[in-house]
Amino acid sequence: MKKFLTTSLSILALGAVSTAASAEGSITAVSWGGAYTKSQVKAYHEPFTAKTGIKINSVDYSGGVAEVKAQVEAGNVSWDIVDVELSDAVRGCDEGIFEKIDHSTLPAGADGKPAQEDFLPGTLHECAVANIVWSTIYAYDDTKIGDKKPTTMADFFDTKTWAGKRGLRKGPKPNLEFALIADGIAAKDVYAELAKPEAIDRAFAKLATIKGDVVWWEAGAQPPQLLADGEVLMTTAYNGRIFNAVAAESKPFVIVWDGQVWDIDLWAIPKGAPNKDKAMEFLKFSTETEQLANQAKYIAYGPARLSSAPLVGKYEDGKIDMGPQMPTAPNNLTNAVQNDFEWWADNQDALNERFNAWLAQ
Amino acid sequence: MVRFQNVQKSYDGETLVVKDLNLDIATGEFVTMLGPSGSGKTTTLMMLAGFEPATHGEIYLNGNPINNVPPHKRGIGMVFQNYALFPHMSVAENLAFPLAVRGQSKAEQEERVKRVLEMVELPEFGGRRPAQLSGGQQQRVAVARALVFEPDLVLMDEPLGALDKQLREQMQYEIKHIHESLGVTVVYVTHDQSEALTMSDRVAVFEDGIIQQLSSPEELYERPENSFVAQFIGENNKLRGTVQEVGRDKLATVKLDSGDMVKALAVGIGAKGERTLLSVRPERVAIEPKKTKNTVTLTGKVEELIYLGDHIRTRMSVAGHTDFIVKVPNNAEHHELSEGQTTTVGWEAEDCRALDDMAA
Amino acid sequence: MTDVTASGVPGAITTSDGVPLKVSLARATRRQRMQALLLVMPLLLFLLVAFVLPIGEMLFRSIYSPIGPNVLPNFSKVIHEWDGEDLPPEAVFEVFVKDMTKAKESNEIGKTIGNLATRVNYEIPGSRGLFTKSARKVKNITEGPYKEALIALDKRWENQHIWRTLQRISSNYTASFYLAATDRKYNEDNEIVRADPLYQIYLPILGKTLWLSALITFICLLIAYPVSYLLATLPLRTSNLLMIMVLLPFWTSLLVRTTAWIAMLQTEGIVNNILVFTRVISEESRIQMIYNQTGTIVAMVHILLPFMILPLYSVMKTIPPYYMRAARSLGATGTYSFIKVYFPQTIPGIAAGTLLVFILAIGYYITPALVGGSDGLLISNLIADHIKKTLNWSLGSALGAILLAIVLIFYWIYNKLVGVDNLKFG
Repeated sequence: MKKFLTTSLSILALGAVSTAASAEGSITAVSWGGAYTKSQVKAYHEPFTAKTGIKINSVDYSGGVAEVKAQVEAGNVSWDIVDVELSDAVRGCDEGIFEKIDHSTLPAGADGKPAQEDFLPGTLHECAVANIVWSTIYAYDDTKIGDKKPTTMADFFDTKTWAGKRGLRKGPKPNLEFALIADGIAAKDVYAELAKPEAIDRAFAKLATIKGDVVWWEAGAQPPQLLADGEVLMTTAYNGRIFNAVAAESKPFVIVWDGQVWDIDLWAIPKGAPNKDKAMEFLKFSTETEQLANQAKYIAYGPARLSSAPLVGKYEDGKIDMGPQMPTAPNNLTNAVQNDFEWWADNQDALNERFNAWLAQ
Repeated sequence: MVRFQNVQKSYDGETLVVKDLNLDIATGEFVTMLGPSGSGKTTTLMMLAGFEPATHGEIYLNGNPINNVPPHKRGIGMVFQNYALFPHMSVAENLAFPLAVRGQSKAEQEERVKRVLEMVELPEFGGRRPAQLSGGQQQRVAVARALVFEPDLVLMDEPLGALDKQLREQMQYEIKHIHESLGVTVVYVTHDQSEALTMSDRVAVFEDGIIQQLSSPEELYERPENSFVAQFIGENNKLRGTVQEVGRDKLATVKLDSGDMVKALAVGIGAKGERTLLSVRPERVAIEPKKTKNTVTLTGKVEELIYLGDHIRTRMSVAGHTDFIVKVPNNAEHHELSEGQTTTVGWEAEDCRALDDMAA
Repeated sequence: MTDVTASGVPGAITTSDGVPLKVSLARATRRQRMQALLLVMPLLLFLLVAFVLPIGEMLFRSIYSPIGPNVLPNFSKVIHEWDGEDLPPEAVFEVFVKDMTKAKESNEIGKTIGNLATRVNYEIPGSRGLFTKSARKVKNITEGPYKEALIALDKRWENQHIWRTLQRISSNYTASFYLAATDRKYNEDNEIVRADPLYQIYLPILGKTLWLSALITFICLLIAYPVSYLLATLPLRTSNLLMIMVLLPFWTSLLVRTTAWIAMLQTEGIVNNILVFTRVISEESRIQMIYNQTGTIVAMVHILLPFMILPLYSVMKTIPPYYMRAARSLGATGTYSFIKVYFPQTIPGIAAGTLLVFILAIGYYITPALVGGSDGLLISNLIADHIKKTLNWSLGSALGAILLAIVLIFYWIYNKLVGVDNLKFG
């Protein structure tokens, strides 16, 4: 018994020491895993550790603020910094589970422009700082589409000309936007239109025209797989996923940028994070012009800083020019809209219910 | 009533479990198949019940071949080793089962169930579940169920095996009484010889897939036809020797391995010079016997005395065998023996049967 | 000691030194009972922490929502005095503006304007922005008349519905999550009404979940019964091999199995390819077997089948073959014997298996979500969504509580029909 006690005590002591050690030199960064986390490790984590000596534990999660909320409410926060979607950043901030961030402390751009001006409009939030711009687009398999290629959002809904299954995210966002754009609304006017109650009916009506042909996906990894399996002819997807399938796996997929709805991912720091100061240091470092530009080397998501855009080079294989692959490339933005988190925050719950009810009909 | 004709049975196509079985059972008879486990007796019963097809040969019931008649059409009642009372039904429902199958009316069923419950002296137990009954009561219900639809033939597969000794003996008499009062034909399987001897009209001793002997209990005990039967039924003393001569009076002269020359009744022996096993029942052996014409006497040394009340079981060394048992009756004139004492033992030559020597 | 004092109750038995026997017995067994208690203590503690407390908290959360009083403490006290007609009096507006100003500064979880906005948004979809936007400007209102100033800020403050809702949520306890979970809501006149049919989701999905679970359970039973019978009657060597095949799915992860079904059943999948290759169907008429109800049923049946087979097998294993023989010897045909003798004895296994599979089926959501397409939305997906995505934990809890109640009702019905003591899970 005595031996047991001393052993347990020494194990506890060891645990305490190692916790202390980790408090000295490491933070826990939480992100979405896969190619995305890989790009962050290459572009942010490794240079940060090289510069400061602070190690970064990479943890994967599948999004949402539920886990952060649970940790904060329980007063037992183990995450230092989390990569969140804008809607989650807003929600988390409203609920008081993320630290507020003073934007004036963020480093200025490489060209000397202050951070508030250097970041794309709408990418700095009270509680979070954007790192990348990603987009929901639609894509098709060039070998299966036939001679006539789809070019507009309306084409996606045209199951007469392009008969076949369509992949859509199982949820109202951004399918309602897509439906309205396909129905003739200019992308920039979508949210103004959606403010009218009848626009929702119109969007659902448009979705209903292809409902029977839709395969619904939930995880970002599914759409490229659905395309590759020939399960769908066209599918909406996150542009980075499609790009990676093309660049890394040589899939013959083509992205249609018309009507894209782009969004941002942000770093947020949970309230009560054990290494809050270091996490803040990391946040500032990783959203500097150079790091953001570097990340584009590994994944087709655009940097959130204007000053990073000119620095975006080639894909890691040194062949593909990354500039045109970005959601923010001028050519890709001709008919595009940024996801309106305010509108969604107001209407998300009700629309989820309506969408689910519509789906179950 | 029942006839087995050249019936053979094999499960694996390599060995025969039942070898060329021929058996006739008369109506109203109580026939027991007795034998150690694996002797083929249960297999024979299962073939008769219809649960196992005969590999060869034909089984007749009331003169009709039944090899292709499924069990439920044979109309044979059966009592199973573990009673096989349906646990989810009450006693009355169990008893009514064969009647319901036969489409009898509810009233008729009730009437018959009542009657049969009275027969097995459980008139109040109709509403109970089998699990609420004692072993003996379950046994009676099982018998009642096998009889309630009034079959001509009832098969019983070690029905008393699960009961304790006292209950078993009591049930033996009850089954016997039911058999006698109903006049039903019973084929009974057991490995318990006393059960077989107590209840049966005839006993078929099974061994190695063959009926070794088929005769009345008395015959079986008194006049076993081979050494297996002799050893299996009751206790007996064995003496090994070689046949010297077979006389006209059916008495053979045998030279024991110890060198002693004895006479014995020739039953299953070969010619002169063949090995034989002499079998004599312990209760037929006397200490210091009175000499008559055919008395065989040998010297024996008392090895062990066990006091059993009505007799004293005496283990002796006789003609080189140290497990020679003599039952000395505890009557007024019995001999006072002590361990280590040497005396003579003897028996009538007719009581000693010279049989085949299986070990040879 | 006399007999009378020795035994307080006349006739009670005492030990030789006059202690009542029961007391003495209790004393003698106390140590054993304490030991037994110590042995099960870890389990009890575990159950308490991992089961009782969370469920208790879930039930509590579904009715407890203190956001109104937390964010607007003073307002919540005075709003009760409003009779619900027209708009609240000026004094209430003043308190509201001051509470809002104060709440805007708050950064404490559960006490922010964001929390309040979310809460009201549950009741009046689209009203969230009214609160977050007004909160930014409300500090500018420093003097009366507060009512006019607030309405000047945003016309929607004129809306009686907002104030009635604020009045309703100013209590710590609410039924509105149960209303929402049963597709009901308060209308502008504070009456409980059915939700707009376009937004009715929970009851239909609940119904679909129950129906689908029942169907899956039934299919599982149909498949499992003969398999279990075979397992129970075959020689040990063969049945062990079969058993391994039955248990094989347990050894692979749920996601792997589900993905395997996708590979099998999709339109370019193995089954369709074989059918096309063997010319059973043409290239154009490939069958849609996944991303619809069929996919859900196939994958769920596969995953849940062992839970049906195991209890059935364990019950059948205990039914000796001589019951069937006895029935046949008594004159019953094979079918009749099966129905009357074998089948009734397997009912405990059927009951346990169906209960197990049914309850598991109601709770599954990953598999239907992956292979069910638009039909793959079950009640558990909605609960998971509310817990993980929308963070409406109270609504998720209310749905969970309803599901729990349904399971308990089923359990109760089973207890009536079969008797819980008769359930045999293996």
